[in-house]
Amino acid sequence: MPEHDLVCFATRRFESEPWTLQNYLAVGGYQAWQKVLDGELDRAAIIEQVKASGLRGRGGAGFPTGLKHSFMPREAPVQKYLVCNSDESEPGTCHDREILRLNPHSLIEGMAISAYAMGATVAYNYIRGEFMDEPVPRFETALQEAYDAGWLGANVKGSGIDVDIHTFVGAGAYICGEETGLLESLEGKPGKPRFKPPFPAQHGLYGAPTTINNTQSLASIPTIIRKGPQWFVDIGVEGSSGTAIFSVSGHVEKPGNYELPLGIPFRELLEIAGGMQGGRELKAVIPGGSSVQVMPAANIVDLTMDFDTIKAAGSSLGTGAVVVMDETTCMVNMLRRISRFYYAESCGQCTPCREGTGWLYRVLTRIMEGSGTHADLDMLVDVANKIEGHTICALGDAAAWPVQSFLKHFRHEFEYMIDHGGRSIVSAPDAVAA
Amino acid sequence: MSAQAGTVALSDHVCAEIDRWIEKFPEGQQRSAVLAALHAVQHETGGYLTPALMNAVADYLEMPPIQVYEVATFYSMFETKPVGRHSISVCTNISCMLRGADDIVAHIENRLGIRTGESTPDGKFYLKQEEECLAACCGAPMMMVDHRYHENLTPAAVDEVLDGLE
Ligand SMILES: Cc1cc2nc3c(=O)[nH]c(=O)nc-3n(C[C@H](O)[C@H](O)[C@H](O)COP(=O)(O)O)c2cc1C
Ligand code: SF4
Ligand code: FES
Repeated sequence: MPEHDLVCFATRRFESEPWTLQNYLAVGGYQAWQKVLDGELDRAAIIEQVKASGLRGRGGAGFPTGLKHSFMPREAPVQKYLVCNSDESEPGTCHDREILRLNPHSLIEGMAISAYAMGATVAYNYIRGEFMDEPVPRFETALQEAYDAGWLGANVKGSGIDVDIHTFVGAGAYICGEETGLLESLEGKPGKPRFKPPFPAQHGLYGAPTTINNTQSLASIPTIIRKGPQWFVDIGVEGSSGTAIFSVSGHVEKPGNYELPLGIPFRELLEIAGGMQGGRELKAVIPGGSSVQVMPAANIVDLTMDFDTIKAAGSSLGTGAVVVMDETTCMVNMLRRISRFYYAESCGQCTPCREGTGWLYRVLTRIMEGSGTHADLDMLVDVANKIEGHTICALGDAAAWPVQSFLKHFRHEFEYMIDHGGRSIVSAPDAVAA
Repeated sequence: MSAQAGTVALSDHVCAEIDRWIEKFPEGQQRSAVLAALHAVQHETGGYLTPALMNAVADYLEMPPIQVYEVATFYSMFETKPVGRHSISVCTNISCMLRGADDIVAHIENRLGIRTGESTPDGKFYLKQEEECLAACCGAPMMMVDHRYHENLTPAAVDEVLDGLE
């Protein structure tokens, strides 16, 4: 795709300090916000444009962003908030960090436009604590530049519009990426998700109407407003507009964050990422971060990377984190590592999640240690089914889906290990881990 | 942890830092600054939080101490026990695991003579058990040392980073 079409990575073309205001202005930055400040677009018009663009949330659920913004009581005479979710912690996902480091102004402009559209005068960017050394200062420096240039604050450029943006820094907890866990954290509490309803658009930060959006979702908005929604629609495919940043990791020659049109064929994406490491065979792909269902190679190689196609094939595009596994990968070991993560990160509020994630991890460990039984496999699925859909937040589902899908597609690897005292099928003498 | 642990005076620097954060939140919501306050205190006082420090933060933010303890123990970046001066977190989550993170951990354990979760006897290094993915998956394997990210690691690259620490 031609470089000038890039959305969130527009400034990556600059070799020197891509993150500066000067470079952002050179790629059309703040023109969309200027239009709003000039009164060319009112609140409803902005939301209509975002709706028409077909932008779907990049935080994992793919929820239509314009629709979400329309849920806010934008004209209600109460304080309202926009919160950006830069907690980026879904395993495999690392593109929000790149936006913060390389194009922070796109996020600032997107936050300003969106906050205004929803009638919010205050916005917070919740950045994960581990980003404190580089992405946080990068974002704060950009924020200062934006204030100094008069793009933020009270009565921005005499428009009568007030928008303040603040940085918030987390302290390490995956669950703070869940939007209501994030709000709790922002209020200075442990990040334990809230029961819904009420939804944040009614009762969010400090009890006020609040919308939470992912970094990449918000950073896409300025370009959509500047170039028009149709431009964005035309880049992608039906049901999946625009570009998305794919974090391609694992067994590829060139792991990286690639901003590409949604609907790109998987094969092309793999090729852009340099192909399989060492020319080995592709075994499986997790197409959207560790929370989504694993796909055997045969199920994905001929597909296109868009929300509806991947969903129809039994998984999810999630965060666009594409984890590539070659023939040498032990699927039991993979699943055990994934299960350890959800066990460690469960906030403990719901019994099925707190207890179930521990069971999953312990049973998988037992299998790897050579003392698993065939009955354990049915038990794993049974425990996963009992977690799925029975918890306050979607971490429970995220813990269940990998278990269900790994066992559905790679059950023979688990059986082999049970039958061979803990030896993996990939270390077998005649290993062909089909 | 209890109120009997007493309290300590927060430095001017820490107070100024906490005040900077309080300003970002609405009147009466200074509790929102507790994460920032704990980061600041932990950073200044040797890498972990004592009950007295947490009590001081509670006083400053006008919160019950128990609420500060709850926060301090919920978030993985806060340490409530003594740990080595330099904190090393190797990501072993999926993308890093696929690219040799376990070898990196083994190399560091051998080099430092400790297991993950321990500090060296001289108090210099702490090899933290990191559960989360640190969102640098395309630079796997990676580690975070005192908040700084180091990507595309090899054992030699690890040695270079560790050799460079005071
Ligand atoms: C356990 C869990 C962790 C999550 N982590 C993140 C995250 O790190 N970043 C993110 O943007 N969304 C995360 N989400 C999704 C958020 O709850 C929310 O849906 C999203 O931020 C909305 O933004 P979007 O509509 O722009 O996609 C997580 C959800 C769950 C259940
Ligand atoms: S599902 Fe798990 S992480 Fe989510 S609220 Fe319940 S216990 Fe906490
Ligand atoms: S898996 Fe290691 S940084 Fe994401």
